[in-house]
Amino acid sequence: MSIQYKSIKELKNMLNDKDISHTELVQETFLNIKNNSALNAFITLNEEESLKKADNLDNTPSSGSLAGIPIAQKDLFCTKDLKTTCGSNMLSNFIPPYSATVIENLENAGCISVGKTNMDEFAMGSSNETSFYGNVQNPWGENLVPGGSSGGSAAAVAAGIVPAASGTDTGGSIRQPASLCGISGLKPTYGRISRWGMIAFASSLDQAGPMARTAEDCALLLNEMCSHDEKDTTSINEVIPDFTENLNSSIQGLKIGLVKEFDLSKLDNDVVQVFEESKKHYESLGAEFIEISLPNISLSVPTYYVVAPAECSSNLSRFDGVKFGKRCDNPKDLEELYIKTRSEGFGDEVKRRILIGSYVLSAGFYDAYYKKAQQVRRLIKNDFDSAFKSVDIIMSPTTRGAAFEAGSKGDDPIQMYLEDLFTIPANLAGLPAMSIPNGMIDNKPIGLQLIGNFLDESRLLQAAHNFQISTDWHLKTPSSNKS
Amino acid sequence: MSWETVIGLEIHVQLSTDSKLFSGGSTSFGAEPNTHVDLIDLGLPGVLPVANRGAFHKAIRFGLATNAEINQTSTFDRKNYFYPDLPKGYQITQMALPIVGKGSINIEVDGEEKIINITRAHLEEDAGKSIHDLFDGETGVDLNRAGTPLLEIVSEPEIANAKEAVAYFKAIRQIVTFLDICDGNMAQGSMRCDVNVSVKKSDDTELGTRAEIKNINSFKFIEKAINFEIDRQIRILESGDSVVQETRLYDSVKNETRSMRSKEEANDYRYFPCPDLLPVVISDNELKEIKDNLPELPDEKERRYVEESNLDSSEAKIIASSKTMANMFEGACAKTNDSKLVANWLVGDISALLNKDNIDLQESKLTADNFALLIERISDKTISGKIAKSVLEEIWETGDDVDSIIESKGLVQIQDESLLEKIAQTIIDNNPSQVEAFKGGKDKLFGFFVGQVMKETQGKANPQSVNEILKRLLS
Repeated sequence: MSIQYKSIKELKNMLNDKDISHTELVQETFLNIKNNSALNAFITLNEEESLKKADNLDNTPSSGSLAGIPIAQKDLFCTKDLKTTCGSNMLSNFIPPYSATVIENLENAGCISVGKTNMDEFAMGSSNETSFYGNVQNPWGENLVPGGSSGGSAAAVAAGIVPAASGTDTGGSIRQPASLCGISGLKPTYGRISRWGMIAFASSLDQAGPMARTAEDCALLLNEMCSHDEKDTTSINEVIPDFTENLNSSIQGLKIGLVKEFDLSKLDNDVVQVFEESKKHYESLGAEFIEISLPNISLSVPTYYVVAPAECSSNLSRFDGVKFGKRCDNPKDLEELYIKTRSEGFGDEVKRRILIGSYVLSAGFYDAYYKKAQQVRRLIKNDFDSAFKSVDIIMSPTTRGAAFEAGSKGDDPIQMYLEDLFTIPANLAGLPAMSIPNGMIDNKPIGLQLIGNFLDESRLLQAAHNFQISTDWHLKTPSSNKS
Repeated sequence: MSWETVIGLEIHVQLSTDSKLFSGGSTSFGAEPNTHVDLIDLGLPGVLPVANRGAFHKAIRFGLATNAEINQTSTFDRKNYFYPDLPKGYQITQMALPIVGKGSINIEVDGEEKIINITRAHLEEDAGKSIHDLFDGETGVDLNRAGTPLLEIVSEPEIANAKEAVAYFKAIRQIVTFLDICDGNMAQGSMRCDVNVSVKKSDDTELGTRAEIKNINSFKFIEKAINFEIDRQIRILESGDSVVQETRLYDSVKNETRSMRSKEEANDYRYFPCPDLLPVVISDNELKEIKDNLPELPDEKERRYVEESNLDSSEAKIIASSKTMANMFEGACAKTNDSKLVANWLVGDISALLNKDNIDLQESKLTADNFALLIERISDKTISGKIAKSVLEEIWETGDDVDSIIESKGLVQIQDESLLEKIAQTIIDNNPSQVEAFKGGKDKLFGFFVGQVMKETQGKANPQSVNEILKRLLS
């Protein structure tokens, strides 16, 4: 029985009904990984360990809610004894002595981490083109990018290789690839999921989250990924609800905000049309639309490109060739050790952001850039706070269009940065947001973004699930597309 | 035109917490290199710091003891620079909002009191150590110290000379040791300081250009480095040149300061708020509990010793100024009633022995119990004060119990008056010429007779009895 494109829920049923053994499921998964090696979705495979775990589960059944479910882990999470590169040459030899909390949580629930997925280097990119380990192909078309930075995770789920993958989202790195690959992805509230063991890009924005075929699967994953973690002081100490509980409740009367300042007229007609159809569909489900104003939202991208590089320039200082990771050959002195190691170890996009970040933090510029950006960030957060007084969720397209071709954004980083126009505000405000497939443009999927209030992931998942039980965009696959 | 010196000190105090400022790593000194290093101290990718509340409580104690403002909400910043013993490429420190704000401390120089204001005291993590001389041209890195909590105490530029600087440093050391927040061990680097020195003409209102001398860890070197630096700057100014703002190192072998880096070469530390750490908030209750449990400080002790134990103020001051002295005094007084005698011995013979060996009381073999017993044996006349000195010396060497020393050496005082009288008579009989001279008015010879009796009794005779008996027999 084929397991390709099966959801977590379906695989759980198959395992429970003994339609398939844990070992068979893992074997099938690795077969699919190898059949799809052209996608370049994985950097490191964990086959032996995965088969061992499956064998254990076949012998000793586990009560874990995700027992035996194969999952692909973004190569940004530290995994004990398993190479963790963060998509960089700098960490091409790094084998962590510990695992990230979110990895432990998922594995404690029974998940089998089958491998580490490709990604933009240090999560900096929107097309997976900055990875040291090569581009990832979007399963929907040979030359198409999968989006980024969680491009390998999105591609692996979209190709039906695994039902789920972990991702991280600093400015859209879960939602944008989810949109471009036609899957569901959720960035939770900042602090919902522990950052312990996540290799930091921009600490005040980074948040891990689930990527899966359906919103329901995202809820199942989120249930296990969240925990209050004393090792992360920014981790939120609040009751964690059962995120599956309200999935099927009606959304009759749900108030959905439409952001006045998101000028959709600048987007392609096709994109606008897909969005309008989703609005109609939500109306048919009983939701009402309210126009809201987020006056400072247009400052999101510039604000983000000050705050994120600033934090990254500091976070990436530890990669100096002294303790772990790459070290250049035969430096003549300390200065050269730093310069050569970091010149050889980092790619262009990472260097660009370290330079921007060092600049905005330097003496004489701090007030004009970093401090100002933090003030604007506060204003953006305030805008959302007032908006959520009148609406339950906010809706927008996730991306400006469907997947684009590799190399098509050329050498203009600004064009690439604008990819995250719709996704960045939720990171700046620390709010939960998700993307679900809501249409096709030229046989390529595109996603709908839902932004929720602080800690209100349940409502997002409910709205997404209601959409998915009454539409079939999330069921479309690259194979069905071809046939 | 005379020159005026302006000095400010930044003192780094290593707080005596069991674990590091942001990790569970141990802070104990002297372990094998890189054995007290956990994932966080190593700055591995993905790790996060968690602030050690114990370090905050110790910092607050310092703030309370120096009448400082306590910032009940304080924050952390990152100071970015590259160095091999700085594992993350940044140091976590408190730049914008330190735990301790403005305070002050009294110092005394040549009998004159002066108040030195303290600008701030903030928490930060220490770096590791680079070892340059053990690996044949290569540098080793020991990260055991990385992440150890430091309290950096920054003074206002109100110190006028090297003597005041040393007095200030000593006053800070006294407070942190009394508060039990630092062991004060300068040889192990538990306290180090950076000194900012500038010189200006007496009637200039603006400060001169300063030089910062880094990382000095002894009283003697602070004094020498400052005096060298003052001379250097005055020489420059008098020759018509100007002082360069720079960081300098003190070379204790050559007794000079040397340029380390100029202002232009200085790092731009790119400070910004550390996004990994939430502000640390100290509740009113927490603050009150720390206040209520604040240990007694030297000034209060001194007052109490004068009032309750009847000590002279000079004695009380000496004992109260050292934590180990005060502990010994209070420990011994708990076991014996003669607190005056306890104080006399502490300030006299015991201090002399400490000076001779150049050690601190806690490094000696004397315990408060044994000391109290020694005082008891003097009070109950088992031994004379003179014998007690030799018993103390024996304790100093061996740490043995007072009673067993007295017994094994047969040092019990001879009280038997008839025995002493017999010995005295024999001595008088054997020294007729001295007796004649004494009676002829050479009063000083009385001491000769006492000495002879003491010699005959190996010092065990009760000196008071000997005096009385000799007076009687020689009259």
